[in-house]
Amino acid sequence: MLNVQIRKQFRLNGAKPFILDVAASFEAGFTVLFGPSGAGKSTLLDCIAGLQQPDCGEIRLEERLYFDSARNISLAPQRRELAYVFQSLALFPHLSVEQNIRYGIAKLAGAQQKERTLRIATVFRIENLLSRRPAELSGGEKQRVALARALVTRPSLLLLDEPLTGLDAALRRSILEDLRAWNAANRIPIVYVTHNREEVDAIGERVVTLVEGRVQESGAPRAVLDAPRSIELANAAGFENVLRAVVVEHRPSDGVMRVALDHAACEIEIPFGEAAPGDEVRVAIRAGDILIATEAPHFLSARNILPGTIESLETRGTMVALRVKAGAVFQVHVTPGAVRTLDLSPGLLVWLVIKTHSCHLVR
Amino acid sequence: MNLEALFLSLRLAATVAILLLAIALPLAYGLAFSTWRGKFLVESVVALPLVLPPTVLGFYALVAMGPRGPLGKMWQSLFGHPLAFTFAGLVLASMLYSLPFAVQPLVASFESLDRRLLDASAVLGADRARTFLRVILPLAWPGLLTALVLSFAHTLGEFGVVLMVGGNLPGITRTVSIDIYDRVQSLDYASAHETALLLLLVSFVVLSIVYGVNRRVWSPWPVK
Repeated sequence: MLNVQIRKQFRLNGAKPFILDVAASFEAGFTVLFGPSGAGKSTLLDCIAGLQQPDCGEIRLEERLYFDSARNISLAPQRRELAYVFQSLALFPHLSVEQNIRYGIAKLAGAQQKERTLRIATVFRIENLLSRRPAELSGGEKQRVALARALVTRPSLLLLDEPLTGLDAALRRSILEDLRAWNAANRIPIVYVTHNREEVDAIGERVVTLVEGRVQESGAPRAVLDAPRSIELANAAGFENVLRAVVVEHRPSDGVMRVALDHAACEIEIPFGEAAPGDEVRVAIRAGDILIATEAPHFLSARNILPGTIESLETRGTMVALRVKAGAVFQVHVTPGAVRTLDLSPGLLVWLVIKTHSCHLVR
Repeated sequence: MNLEALFLSLRLAATVAILLLAIALPLAYGLAFSTWRGKFLVESVVALPLVLPPTVLGFYALVAMGPRGPLGKMWQSLFGHPLAFTFAGLVLASMLYSLPFAVQPLVASFESLDRRLLDASAVLGADRARTFLRVILPLAWPGLLTALVLSFAHTLGEFGVVLMVGGNLPGITRTVSIDIYDRVQSLDYASAHETALLLLLVSFVVLSIVYGVNRRVWSPWPVK
């Protein structure tokens, strides 16, 4: 278990001071560190690795003290025995793949280096690339080499800073599976930084969310990211609709409340939350959680049925993004098949159907 | 042509270039990677020979190396002979004079390194010395070559400092540029031209090597 309790204040290009103030623990297995860009995720990893110094606090892996401002202890990065894969990967461009992998185990005997290199190369399926230079590798191959170079050292902690960005979903899944297989045998804490919602779902263990330098929530991905409690998180977690609203009425006995959207253009029902009537709040709704009907629907359990007109359609891969004006403007995602069957086109009168529990109150 | 003067100049330039590299490497490392606030002071001192007239530099070097100067006294007590007007004195003064030409290309190439590579090296267990030898030096070698070649070429062509510190002793301190000066003084334009042309060609070849190998480091021309 990695325990971090640190505070660090710094400035980025003369902007207002940014304060990283984190108290969190990371158990063996994957923990996703999730948050919007600029939330301090990479700085936190750098502090854990010893590449940056916190102003105060304590970092400890099991009984091993990495950093303790009270006792003036700060272990040099090379003595922390952890592995860190940077976003840029930072493969040594002048060394071959094999030399890159052996870099961290240079103290071992030659035969042992060779054996470990071959074994980790097999795990990450790069054994036929050992003599190449990083410049001769594809993006996915580079990422595998970076992981192999990090893990061949048998670290007691693994830090991953968006190591799989830019890869397609299938490749990402395959590398994640290799990583998961490796960790099944090694069981160390893995801190996995991402701002990509799909990666969170693919890893699917614990999530710690970091917003503006502070831990906001932690828990299972579904619980944390499907009901985001802040607007930054809602945006980062892929909620396409984050709408301004004013609380109109409380109905505590039903566990709901009514809010007026976008200057009282329309009203919807959302789950009961901590806001008094008259309060300004925001409501987050996923574009994929909204249904579309071309006739006024009846006999539905959904509490929010809003008439509106389609403003635009845009095909994005296997999904069509609609903008529908129904009082407020909603983003709605449907399949191309639905567009064909319902004959959806701009100007068409439609009804939006939104379940109460698809609406999330955010601050 | 005075071959003795030419060989003396080449020997001086090579000695200075190699010794200077040994001093410039740690200095450039400090300037590139230290976060010390007073760094600009060191930078100014290193760059001083770029703007000082060689005679000023030579004058102070001569005062320091003279029999009553601190350097001269130390040298006398260590080696039993004076420092001024010797080859060793010439080497010392030339090193001072060419210092920025060795340090600045190194600083430039160190600073252009991706810091994450150094971080990666540290996280993989390498101490600073290993990071320097295995990552920084191999990646900064164009800067190293530039430093070596520029301090060689700059020393080869120096005149003012040599005249002040070394005087004009054949075989000891009479370098090519002094030899040319002497010949012009005695109106022997033909042999002055011969030597001057040779120096021009050597300088051109040396700079062609530098710019051919690397256009990024220490080039007054825009990078394509």
